[in-house]
Amino acid sequence: MPVNGAGVQQTEGSTPTSPTEAKEDNMTDNGHQQQSDNGTLSCSSITSGMRTLLCEVEEADTEDVDEAVRSARDAFQMGSPWRSMDASDRGQLLNKLADLVERDRLLLATLEALDSGKVFLMAYFVDLMATIKTLRYYGGWADKIHGKTIPVDGEYFTYTRHEPIGVCGQIIPWNFPVMMFAWKIAPALCCGNTVVIKPAEQTPLSALHMAALIKEAGFPPGVVNVVPGYGQTAGCAISHHMDIDKIAFTGSTAVGKLIQRAAGDSNLKRVTLELGGKNPNIVFSDCDLEHAVEQAHSGLFFNQGQCCLAGSRVFVEGPIYEEFVHRSVEKARGKVLGNPLLPGVDHGPQIDQKQFDKIMELIESGKREGATLECGGSAWGQQGLFIQPTVFSNVTDDMRIAKEEIFGPVQLIMCFRTTREVIQRANATQYGLAAGVFTNDIDKALTVSSALQAGMVWVNCYNAMSVQCPFGGFKMSGNGRELGEYALQEYTEVKAVTIKISQKNS
Amino acid sequence: MPNRLGVVDRLSLFINNQWHDAVSGKTFPTINPATGEVICQVAEADAADVDKAVQAARNAFKLGSPWRRMDASNRGLLLHRLADAIERDAAYLAELETIDNGKPYTVSYMVDLPLVVKCFRYYAGWADKWEGKTIPIDGDFFCYTRHEPIGVCGQIIPWNFPLLMQAWKLGPALATGNTVVMKVAEQTPLTALYVASLIKEVGFPDGVVNILAGLGPSAGAAIARHMDVDKVAFTGSTEVGHLIQQASGGSNLKKVTLELGGKSPNIILSDANMEDAVEQSHFALFFNQGQCCCAGTRTYVQADIYDEFVERSVERAKRRVVGDPFDLKTEQGPQVDQEQFNKILGYISSGKREGAKLLCGGGVAADRGYYIQPTVFGDVQDNMTIAREEIFGPVMQILKFKSLEEVVERANDTKYGLAAAVFTKDIDKANYVSHSLRAGTVWINCYDVLAAQAPFGGYKASGNGRELGEYGLENYTEVKTLFINNQWHDAVSGKTFPTINPATGEVICQVAEADA
Repeated sequence: MPVNGAGVQQTEGSTPTSPTEAKEDNMTDNGHQQQSDNGTLSCSSITSGMRTLLCEVEEADTEDVDEAVRSARDAFQMGSPWRSMDASDRGQLLNKLADLVERDRLLLATLEALDSGKVFLMAYFVDLMATIKTLRYYGGWADKIHGKTIPVDGEYFTYTRHEPIGVCGQIIPWNFPVMMFAWKIAPALCCGNTVVIKPAEQTPLSALHMAALIKEAGFPPGVVNVVPGYGQTAGCAISHHMDIDKIAFTGSTAVGKLIQRAAGDSNLKRVTLELGGKNPNIVFSDCDLEHAVEQAHSGLFFNQGQCCLAGSRVFVEGPIYEEFVHRSVEKARGKVLGNPLLPGVDHGPQIDQKQFDKIMELIESGKREGATLECGGSAWGQQGLFIQPTVFSNVTDDMRIAKEEIFGPVQLIMCFRTTREVIQRANATQYGLAAGVFTNDIDKALTVSSALQAGMVWVNCYNAMSVQCPFGGFKMSGNGRELGEYALQEYTEVKAVTIKISQKNS
Repeated sequence: MPNRLGVVDRLSLFINNQWHDAVSGKTFPTINPATGEVICQVAEADAADVDKAVQAARNAFKLGSPWRRMDASNRGLLLHRLADAIERDAAYLAELETIDNGKPYTVSYMVDLPLVVKCFRYYAGWADKWEGKTIPIDGDFFCYTRHEPIGVCGQIIPWNFPLLMQAWKLGPALATGNTVVMKVAEQTPLTALYVASLIKEVGFPDGVVNILAGLGPSAGAAIARHMDVDKVAFTGSTEVGHLIQQASGGSNLKKVTLELGGKSPNIILSDANMEDAVEQSHFALFFNQGQCCCAGTRTYVQADIYDEFVERSVERAKRRVVGDPFDLKTEQGPQVDQEQFNKILGYISSGKREGAKLLCGGGVAADRGYYIQPTVFGDVQDNMTIAREEIFGPVMQILKFKSLEEVVERANDTKYGLAAAVFTKDIDKANYVSHSLRAGTVWINCYDVLAAQAPFGGYKASGNGRELGEYGLENYTEVKTLFINNQWHDAVSGKTFPTINPATGEVICQVAEADA
C-alpha cells in the first residue's frame, strides 16, 4: 500500500514544528518496514480535533501477528544475540533509546499532539519526560535483577534464576500513546523478553517512530515488533496466540475481561491488566481548600478527562461543600479550549467520535437523573470533538454518572458527613485503581489511606506519578503492577535449580 | 599510537569545586616508574586542608542543600554524565594512568577505563532504586524504614588501580547521596585529579566531592581521626587497615570499611584443563605487575599434574614481555615505585634463602625504572615467608598437594581471606571446594573476573564490608526506622465505652467502641 506522505493539512494557527512526512507508516517487523500481508486494507489515522486525515497506516491482521510472533520467537532462541547479551548491555540499549527520544523530543511531542489531540505543551513536558525517564529507569535495572541462593534442607545447593518469560504481547491505549509504549517495552526488555506490541488504532504514529529509534539504537532484529491494527483483529490474534507467553493490556475493563478469557481459552499465557477506574477523591474540611480545589480540578480534567486515574468522584465533607463546588466551577469555566498545538490552550478535543458520543450520552443521563449541572454540559466549537469542561453537583451514588467510567471532562462533586461513610461509599465500586485524600490530620490520612481499596492513594496531592513507584489496580481495575521494581516480577519467570552436593556446610 | 603526555594541569587540591594550593604551600613529586623521573609536582594536603575539605563536604550535606534535595534519579543522571565524560576522555586518561602507575597502555585503555565507565553507569542505575520498607510490626503503628546517606565519607584509595579504585568508591557513595573527601595515593594522583575536573564539568554541586593528594601518615591519618567525618573507607595494606580501625576507635567511632591484602590460594585439581589452568594461573599472579590484592599468590597443584604444570608455568613466565608500558606488545611494566621494588627483591631473596627452588627470573629486568623479572618459585612450603606474606610483585609460588581436604585446610590456613580459585571439571569437587574456602570471592575455572554487579571483599584480615553490587550500597547507608502512632479504631467513629471492674463496680478505663 503506498504511503501518503503529504503530511497534515494546515489548520488555523501555526504548529510548533513543521510535521515531517509520515515516514514510518509501515509496520515495523523484525527490524524492517514491511507491507501488511493483506495489503488491500488500511486504517486511516485521523486527527481527532481537526478531523483531518493525517495519513494512511498499514493494518496488521492475524497473518501479520503470526509473522511478528515468529520473529520475536527467533530473537528469543537460546544463543541468540539478545539472549547472550550482557544484562548491562541490555540496559545500555535502553539508555541509548532514551537518548534518541530526547533528541527527537520535539518531533515526538508534535506527532503525539496531532494524533491524539492532547495539548502540545503537555505532550512535551509530561508525556515525553515520563517516556525518557521510564526508559532510563529500566535501563538501570537490567543488571540488577537478582535471583537468590537458598538454604534448603538436605545436601543440596539451590539457587534461582530470574529468567525472561519469552515473547510478550502488549496492547496499549490511545490516551498516552508514547508513554504507554515506554511503560510496556521498558520493563519487558530490561528483563530480557522480546515483544510484539500493538498500538491503538487511533494513535499509531508515535509508536512507529519509536520503532525506528529502536532500530537506530541497535536492538537486535525481532526484539521489538510493532503491529498497528484493530483490537478485534490484531489485538484478538495476540490474546489468542498459542506462541505468545504473556500478554499485558491497558484499556477498558470490558476488553480486559476478553483478554483474560482468551488467555484461558488458548495457552494460559500470563496476563496483566491495567483497566478502568472510577476514582474517589476525598476532601476533608480540615484540608488546604484552595490546594484541594486545584488538585481535584487537574486530577479530573487532565488530558481532557481521558485518564484511568481521573478523580471522577470528588467527595467533599459537608461544611466546605458549597465553597468547594463554587471554586471548582470557577476553575472549570477558566479553561481555554482550542487547537492543542497552540500555547495558551489547556483543553483539547476528545479522541474520537465514539468517545465523544459516549461522554455526551452520560452527560445527558446526569441531567435526566437529576444531578445539578453547574457548568458545561455540551459540545464546543464548530469543528472537532470538543466538550465543555462540565461540573455536576448533588450527585448521588446510584446515578449512572457516579457508577460508570465517563473518560471525559465531567467532574462530579458529592457530599459526605462522616469518615466511615465516605470510606464505605468510596469503596462501593467494582473498580479500585486510585484515590485521593485531602486532610491535614496525620491520623485521618493514615487511616483513610489504609482503608481505601485502591492501588494508588494520594494524600494532599493527585496524579503524582513517578516511574519508581508501582501503579496498578485492586479489583476490576486490573491485576499486576507496572512501574517501579514491582513491574519486574511481571516480566520474569523464576527457575529454581537444585544441585546435589556431597557435603553441605552453612 | 598513543601520544606522549603534553600538558598536565590538574595539580592542586580539589575542594568545593575549586582548585586550591595546600595551606602549607607544600608540594611533592610524582614519579614515572618506567624511568624513575619526576613527572610533575602536586599540591600536598595536610590536616589543615583535610579540615577545609570536610567543611565543604559537611556544608554540601546540610538539610535543604541542593544535593540533599535533589531527586534520587538526578543523582543517577549526574553519575551517567560523569561516565560519559570519562568515556570521552578515555584515551587521555589511559595515557595519564600509564605514565603515573606504569601499567601497560593497552591494559589501561582496554581494561581499566572500560571497567571505570561501567562502574559509574552501574551505580547511576541504583540511585533511585535503593528502597526502604514498610514493616508489619505488632500494635497500632505504621512502621517504615528510610535508607538515608551516612553523611561525610572519607575515602582513601591505593595506587594499583587509581581510576578504578576511585570509581569503586565514588559510585556507591554518591548514588546513595553522601558527600566525599577522597585522598588519592601519593604515588598516583594524576588521573583522580583530572576526574575531579570532570565532576565539576558535569554538574555535581559544590562540595559533594573533594579530592586531595597527600601522604598517608599526614592527610590519610587526618581523615581517619577526624571528628566530623562520619565514615571512612580504606583500600590498601592490612598494616594500615589496623591503623584506620584504631583511629576510628580513638576518635568518633566513624563507620569503617576496609579492603586489605590477600594471599589468595589458586587450587588446580588433576582433572583441570591443563592449558587453561596454566594460562589463567599465570594471569592470576602476574596481572598488573603482580600488584593486585586478590592475586593468586599460592598456586596449589595436585601431585599427579605438578611437574607438567610447573614446567609449563615456567615456560609461560619466561615468555612474558617486560618493557616500555607504551609499547603495545608489552605485557608487564615496571613496579610502581622504589619502595615496592626493594620490598619485592627482598622477598625474592628470602625465597632463595629459605630453600624454595628458583625456576626463572629472580632479579632486576632493566637499567632504569623499577622493572623486575617475572619470577617463579617451585617446591614452596607453607611456612616459607614467600608463602605467608603478601609480596605484591611478579613472584609466583607453586606448592604441591595430595587430597582435597588437605588443600582446603592449607588454603584456609592464613590470616587473609580475600579471594580463591579452583580449577576442575568435576561439578561436585567444584562445589565442595568453593563452599569450603574462607574467601570473599571464589573463582571456578577462571580468575580475576570482576564485575560492578558482584560484591567483592574479604574474610578475616583481608577486610570488612563488601564493595560493588547491591551489597556495596549498604556501607553508605544509615537505616532510619520510623514508628507512627496510628489509632485506627478511634479515628473512625471516635466512640468509646467504659469497662467495669466487677469486684468494685468502678470504671477501669475507656475502650474504643467498634461498630459495623
